[in-house]
Amino acid sequence: MPDERKIILSTRGLTKIFGFGRTKTLAVDRVDLDIYEGEVVSIVGESGSGKTTLAKMILGLLNPTDGEIFFQGKPRDIRSRKKKLEYWNNIQAIFQDPYSSYNQFQKIDAVLLDCIRMRGGRKLPKERKLEMMTEACSFVNLKFEELTNKYPFELSGGQMQRLMIARIFLLKPKILVADEPTSMIDACSRATILDFLMQLRDEIGMTVIFITHDIGLAYYVSDTVFIMERGKFVESGTADEVILNPKDFCTQRLISDVPKIHEEWDLSTVEFPS
Amino acid sequence: MENLILEVNDLTTKYITRYDENIYAVDHVSLKVAEGKSLGIAGESGCGKSTLALSLMGYYFAPLHYTSGEIVIDRRTISGMDPDEVRKSILGREISYIPQAAMNALNPTRKIIDFIADVVQAHDMHANKKEIYERASGLFETLGLPVEVLQKYPVELSGGMKQRTVIAVSVILFPKVLIADEPSSALDVTSQKMVIKMLKQLLETGFISSLIFITHELPLLYNVTDDIMVMYAGQIVEKAKAKDAVFDPLHPYARGLMGSIIVPEEGLRDVKLTAIPGVPPNLKDPPSGCRFADRCRYVRPACTAAASIEFRELADGRAYRCIVPEGELREIYSKEAERYA
Repeated sequence: MPDERKIILSTRGLTKIFGFGRTKTLAVDRVDLDIYEGEVVSIVGESGSGKTTLAKMILGLLNPTDGEIFFQGKPRDIRSRKKKLEYWNNIQAIFQDPYSSYNQFQKIDAVLLDCIRMRGGRKLPKERKLEMMTEACSFVNLKFEELTNKYPFELSGGQMQRLMIARIFLLKPKILVADEPTSMIDACSRATILDFLMQLRDEIGMTVIFITHDIGLAYYVSDTVFIMERGKFVESGTADEVILNPKDFCTQRLISDVPKIHEEWDLSTVEFPS
Repeated sequence: MENLILEVNDLTTKYITRYDENIYAVDHVSLKVAEGKSLGIAGESGCGKSTLALSLMGYYFAPLHYTSGEIVIDRRTISGMDPDEVRKSILGREISYIPQAAMNALNPTRKIIDFIADVVQAHDMHANKKEIYERASGLFETLGLPVEVLQKYPVELSGGMKQRTVIAVSVILFPKVLIADEPSSALDVTSQKMVIKMLKQLLETGFISSLIFITHELPLLYNVTDDIMVMYAGQIVEKAKAKDAVFDPLHPYARGLMGSIIVPEEGLRDVKLTAIPGVPPNLKDPPSGCRFADRCRYVRPACTAAASIEFRELADGRAYRCIVPEGELREIYSKEAERYA
């Protein structure tokens, strides 16, 4: 029933070309994307398929070469600094590398205080701010008392990524772009991060755009899956449809390349390129 | 009786920090690998997987130090040998090691054939260029790598190709044991599959006699190796056939790990992933008794009271490190499964 749900973000003919002349590369090729409110959307593709470029354009970090982005039905306007900040109140991101996501000169308190300020909590009493920060940290199973007066490099990768989720908890954006949030941390902490992310989604009812190359992960978290290849969507649909019954060749290859535990992993199809 | 290639008894190695603290990253580890078999080592970051790999080679440099134990490769004891002797006659010939992100080790100003010549000449001073080239091209052909790669510089190769080249370089002297430490973690799934196929090919064609594969990706381990060992805080906590380790783990930690497996298969969405709360203990002063006790769901007072936990050996090469006997443990798990359903 797509008509009953509200589209929160859509793109029309979104294109990005890097470089010019002979080195011109088409990174994203006329992408039309509709994202409904409250759903988890995965964009899956190999390295170099343009999924991160697409995410950066949606976030307003890269200017598209062509095409338009609509946010809540209206064309997105981020031409001035003020409007851009307003837009970022509604859309936030978690990036791949937790080690480079933080300002290394800022203490953890400052990171979280910034978030409270962005939500208009500048004039709140100090106790209330502390309370909010403690609540956010305890949501992701971190102890705020242990984090105060620490710099980001003193935390482990998993802790940093959890703190990133605590930030999102304070900011309460309408859309979250998660760009490979679990690819740099090991498989055991992955489940923890995913758990918190999904809890947070239920809590504040946000829309999540999940970007990953791990098709198993995409299947686990998302309602809708888009498969990207060479800057274009080659297949899309509900997670069950796409993963259990793939139609496109690229999707089939992506799935067959991942090791599984209940089915035989067929190594005989591997061809070494010459 | 199978022909044992690698046998390790009670190996303990430690890091000495600059504050003179001893950190026992490998704590009384024993393992056996038979000819033609592969062994997988799993565990979260910081549990000592990579240190174990380094320790197995018998070549120690500060801050890693050998403490006790025995390493036997093909009936030859290499622990306690002179480091220079180890480097000359053991590394590359008996045992070879592919470190994490090995492809970054290639010097960009030298051709691939030069790396191979380096390895061969370090062990055989009289080898001439022509011989080396013939040997290398023969190896590359069998491994499905184009021979032209030999005359190329590392920058001309893709990530997956570089990794496969490094593996080829490391087996040029036909070592008996190959240790691969996360050989595919920096690659995309398609190149990963090629690397895995190549490793399996090496084992099948007899270029190497046995393989030790280290990774935290359990589905990968399940598909590559015959046996799996799970490591936690420097100790082996579970040892079993790959199938048993994944579908019927006994140690609570191993069980937690297997609960975090994500694969694109039917039924995945109905399963709730189990995350293990907390962090591993600091090995500067490890807790007495069970090291997993403070993260374990089934913890009881006896866990921390015991001085050390016995490594229980079961039939069929299985073993696990827990104070609860097998029958009781299984009862707990089945009761829990019932309650969940």
